[in-house]
Amino acid sequence: MAEAGTAETHGAHAHDAHHEQGFWSKYIFSTDHKMIAMQYMFTGIVMALIGGYMSYAFRMQLAFPGQSVPGYGLVSQGEYNALVTNHGTIMIFWVAMPMLIAAFGNYLIPLMIGADDMVFPRINRLSYQIFLVSALVLIGSLFVPGGGFGGAWTAYPPLSSSAEYSLTPLGSTLWLVAVALEFVAFLLGGINFITTLMNARAPGMKMYDIPMVLWMIVVASVLFMASVGPLIAGAVMLFMDQVVGTGYFDPGRGGDPILWQHLFWFFGHPEVYVVFLPAIGIVAEIICTFSRKKLFNYKLILYTVFATAIISFFVWAHHQFVAGIDPRMANVFTITTLIISIPIAEMIFLYIATLYGGSIRLTTPMLWALAFIAEFMIGGITGIFLGASGSDIYFHDTYFVLAHFHYTFFPIAIIGFLAGITYWFPKMFGRMMNETLGKIHFWGTIAAFNSIFIPLFILGTAGQHRRIYNYQNFPDLADMQGLRVFATTALLVMLAFQAVFLFNFFYSMFKGKPAGKNPWKANTLEWTTTSPPPHGNWAELPNCYRGPYEYSVPGREEDYWPQDVPPDTAPAE
Amino acid sequence: MPDDALGLPYSVPARREPVLPNGVLGMLIFVATEIMFFSGLISAFVIGKSNAIGGWPPPGQPRLPVEETALNTAALLASGVALYFANRAFKRGDAKTKRLLLISIVLGGFFVVFQGAEWVALIGEGLTVTSGQLGGFFYLLVGTHALHVVAGFIILLYTYRKLLHDDLDRFTFWPAQVFWYFVVGVWPILYWQVYL
Repeated sequence: MAEAGTAETHGAHAHDAHHEQGFWSKYIFSTDHKMIAMQYMFTGIVMALIGGYMSYAFRMQLAFPGQSVPGYGLVSQGEYNALVTNHGTIMIFWVAMPMLIAAFGNYLIPLMIGADDMVFPRINRLSYQIFLVSALVLIGSLFVPGGGFGGAWTAYPPLSSSAEYSLTPLGSTLWLVAVALEFVAFLLGGINFITTLMNARAPGMKMYDIPMVLWMIVVASVLFMASVGPLIAGAVMLFMDQVVGTGYFDPGRGGDPILWQHLFWFFGHPEVYVVFLPAIGIVAEIICTFSRKKLFNYKLILYTVFATAIISFFVWAHHQFVAGIDPRMANVFTITTLIISIPIAEMIFLYIATLYGGSIRLTTPMLWALAFIAEFMIGGITGIFLGASGSDIYFHDTYFVLAHFHYTFFPIAIIGFLAGITYWFPKMFGRMMNETLGKIHFWGTIAAFNSIFIPLFILGTAGQHRRIYNYQNFPDLADMQGLRVFATTALLVMLAFQAVFLFNFFYSMFKGKPAGKNPWKANTLEWTTTSPPPHGNWAELPNCYRGPYEYSVPGREEDYWPQDVPPDTAPAE
Repeated sequence: MPDDALGLPYSVPARREPVLPNGVLGMLIFVATEIMFFSGLISAFVIGKSNAIGGWPPPGQPRLPVEETALNTAALLASGVALYFANRAFKRGDAKTKRLLLISIVLGGFFVVFQGAEWVALIGEGLTVTSGQLGGFFYLLVGTHALHVVAGFIILLYTYRKLLHDDLDRFTFWPAQVFWYFVVGVWPILYWQVYL
């Protein structure tokens, strides 16, 4: 059916588009994937600071109830709910997703496959613009009359669907609009990621030559695209309930509030893997580079990723064990939930096998990568208690759940991001980050993170329920205040250590040691261009000759073998 | 230099021969998301139906016009068939393309107008979006589909305009068809679930 000739004319204008750009077209309305990645990353960092500030305000309220919080003021009950809700929403949708999928996806996909840009640059630009609007709408929703939405990030109706209960008529609608816009942004991004990886790879790059992080980002995009539809359907219905006055989720009018929970968690559980996969993909790249070894069983890891992706669609109701679902259904979802821990554990074992016998260099990115594995394992193991419906009936909605998912999301969103940014910083900005400051930041953050959430595990097993404004009103829980103060103090320490990172980040951006093309002596294609890469990425686009992890190949003088080096330049045996 | 489909998929040169052109692959991924979106809506509706006390359709509510909509369904399916033949003519470089594409567009427009008339009648009978679960789900499902038909209608008009200017290539026409086939294909399922 193809008409020959059209393919050539189709893309004939591509290279002449890479001319010098003015300020507006370079920084604001750029279609360059690297600039869009930067936009996503900096927006994500700003949102992370806002989300961190929120956690500071409500943790202070929990540790010192009723006292004015320095830098915030008195936290009222309604504000407390809005802070908790928006902390969760921001950290998942405006920090984890833009920083891991959008920033690294945009930055790495064209560079690692040897393309000069994404296949749909203008859709890419539109994606960021919608994302920015969504972030502004969300922040705006905090300042409307009635205050921001306080019905938790899962937005269960009828609390979320009726202003009578939520007391935030405008706040909850704007919150919903912001989330929906954010989904549209990532939908456009996801189309771009998948199409680019399929169609724009360098000649010679076969499926099994694609760096693992790209597979993970693209599988995450597929997961997102496949799971977000039902949530958008639910969001439309919730919006109608809020604004038009329909009763889809109102049991008084024949509606079903549990229906929202199914639509939400059908998306919500794959969403965990949507952010998990890019993070563990970043870890794969770093582990191979800094242990100078081939990724242990590339194909098995890839199939494991596919298995995880498929199983993640069959576990959602484990969030609803106490919502009144049929116990037989709870059994089924217990089994599927425990099954999904198998591929994840397998992936961790394969990573450890990659480390085995390698010549490990403990650089800052490597420390973050190793910390990811260690901390995520705590998150994974505590998840088993929640996946089993029997124990979940006790643990549900306690601080045990809260500590569990922070042990998964913190490694994903924060450790994963910091691993990636410290690893690719030399490529992004052409300069090295300071290793000493990086290690100070690492140990400070990791020690403080564990000090926050281990006490919360203890509080959770004691039965402390989530989303409570003041535990002093509960005689059984009031005397555990020491643990709450400890966790809050640890949070303050952790936030303070982020100043070290921000200083290191901006100082190194301008004053760091020049990095050169390939400071880590890594194989993948992004290290073959200058740092930072020019508009268009390469003067001459590279070809690919081998897999991405050919480290310490016997018979070669150097311990790495970049993907773009033709085979005949290899030294003779 | 052809500007690509909808002015959107401006594209980098392919250095390899892709299995599917960028625009088509991108549209297929989008359609996959749409299929999941409609699956979400339809399963919500099925659950809503099974929850209904007193059977479905709820007693005392206006009946949906099954026979008239069957005619309308036929019109939309015919539009899809016309588009299929328009594409075959287009590949042959046949002048019939214009007429077939126009038939497809007109049938699509007829579908929307007919449905609008149906809605006006139903609202007159007291079926509104807030009158109960039947009205709520009817306007939600059928309305969402109608928005997609309008979007597809605009896309087809755009391709028709390009065809008149002798400016249409398969990289625009193909993704447009993918979207229209989706819009046409999802309707019989909605008709079966909502009306029958």
